[in-house]
Amino acid sequence: MPAGRWQLASSVVTAPMIEARALEKRFGSFVAVAGIDFSIQPGEAFGFLGPNGAGKTSTMRMIGCVSPRSGGELCVLGLDPVHDGPRIRSRIGVVPQEDNLDTELTVWDNLMIYGRYFDLPRAEIRERAAELLEFVQLGDRRNSKVDPLSGGMKRRLTIARSLINRPELLLLDEPTTGLDPQARHLLWDRLYQLKRNGVTLVLTTHYMDEAEQLCDRLVVMDNARIVAEGSPRQLIADNVTREVVEIRLAIDADPESEVARLKRYGDRVEALADRILLYTDDGDATAHSVQGEGFDAGSVLVRRASLEDVFLILTGRTLED
Amino acid sequence: MFRVVERETRVYLALWRGIAFTTFVQPALYLGAMGVGLGGLVKAHTGSVDGLTYLDFVAPGLLVATAVQLAASESMWPVLGGVKWMRQFHGVVATPIRPGELYAGFVLFTAIRAMFGSVAFLLIAALLGAVPSAWGLLAIPAAGLCSAAFGAPLAAYSIGLDSDVAFPMIMRLAILPLFLFSGTFFPISQLPHGLRGLAVFSPLWHGVELARAATTGHFGAAAVVAHLAVLVAVVGVSGAIGVRTFTKRLSS
Repeated sequence: MPAGRWQLASSVVTAPMIEARALEKRFGSFVAVAGIDFSIQPGEAFGFLGPNGAGKTSTMRMIGCVSPRSGGELCVLGLDPVHDGPRIRSRIGVVPQEDNLDTELTVWDNLMIYGRYFDLPRAEIRERAAELLEFVQLGDRRNSKVDPLSGGMKRRLTIARSLINRPELLLLDEPTTGLDPQARHLLWDRLYQLKRNGVTLVLTTHYMDEAEQLCDRLVVMDNARIVAEGSPRQLIADNVTREVVEIRLAIDADPESEVARLKRYGDRVEALADRILLYTDDGDATAHSVQGEGFDAGSVLVRRASLEDVFLILTGRTLED
Repeated sequence: MFRVVERETRVYLALWRGIAFTTFVQPALYLGAMGVGLGGLVKAHTGSVDGLTYLDFVAPGLLVATAVQLAASESMWPVLGGVKWMRQFHGVVATPIRPGELYAGFVLFTAIRAMFGSVAFLLIAALLGAVPSAWGLLAIPAAGLCSAAFGAPLAAYSIGLDSDVAFPMIMRLAILPLFLFSGTFFPISQLPHGLRGLAVFSPLWHGVELARAATTGHFGAAAVVAHLAVLVAVVGVSGAIGVRTFTKRLSS
């Protein structure tokens, strides 16, 4: 791949950390990633938001240089994964979706050995390991075996491990899936700190609150393609009204007829299994006028539009399918 | 690749207490029962075996065979564990280490581990007087090479599996017969005429012949070179395959 071409694009502004053009991944006849474009700048927190099976993990694995691309172009840290895989991997950190900690080693040894895979000198690893265990609040568990740790602790250890080589770029695949709210918030806090220290974060998630909280910019992925791109606020502004009125339906109600009834109250109506969503710029006013239709106050809720709504409007499905 | 050996060593060191017992007691038991016990019987009825006492004959055979048996089982279940059950291999290849290096390091450590066991075995054998020649030290690298000749193909195969159902079958239908019939307990000249020729296909037979040449000091240069060449070829060919299978499974 000609190096010249990349330099041209990136000499205009600061060189992107990651750049992809028509990126594809196929497994036999199955297309996991169907030609996507994105560009990630240094220091930003970038998200891939989408349901399970959208192609996020396949994309992350290609960026992480553990899965070769089937088509298109990919440039990470200015290098091509095909030629410079190990070199790129030495400068990035990876927090995978499924933990793959070494269960035969202690917490401390996991960090030591991982550091050795990067050929770091032992004294340096020792220093960093101690720092990192404090950072993720596992300092008192350093001699513990990995198995007895809780899910949240294992995820924190994985994060500590991913930072052992002081990466410029950190890839996180569904970092808080399966964690309780307290663990999630601790993790988010730590990721904020990393970002403040200049680490570029790339994460995938199917949680809209995570995407909204952490990401400066994100792309919405569905069925192997990117369907939207922008900052969380931009995506909402571009695709949805400001507010949503949620109306909980009675068990025996028929969504179709309710939709017909309520259509005129909002800019747009979406029917879910148990609720109708009325999109409007003034939720309170709409809620008020809807009351005339005979819904009791308890089943009417006004809230701000979210990324979940963006996804619903773009694809007709919810994120948690 | 050597970082991988480091990791394996660390795990081994953590477990050494449990392993040490079998590593030293097992050879003593085997050599005691077969070499001394059975050997006494052989001497009384047959005299020598290929010009050797039975103890001298069986010690190198057992040395390599136990090393190989260990290498075989260590190259099956832990490999599947690394990729499917505990998945630590996936963590390793996210670092600069390539799947091929992970494979090479793994096989190398298996051979090193086998050699440690062989050192213990050789010590016990020497104490029992079963190692007449100073060349006997070369039985250890012979055991290492032979272990690699089993570990390399088995690891190359195991990485691609989805479950461990094949493993007990491999142990029973391949490893065990080889263990028994590769000139370990009796010379292959004792085998029926038609089967004798098959020994050439057993990497264990080549390893045993090398070890026996070393411990007894009786060797023909041509034969030694031939045995070495076969083992090196097995390691080389299966190694090339293993790099491919590991790469395919870990970075698809």
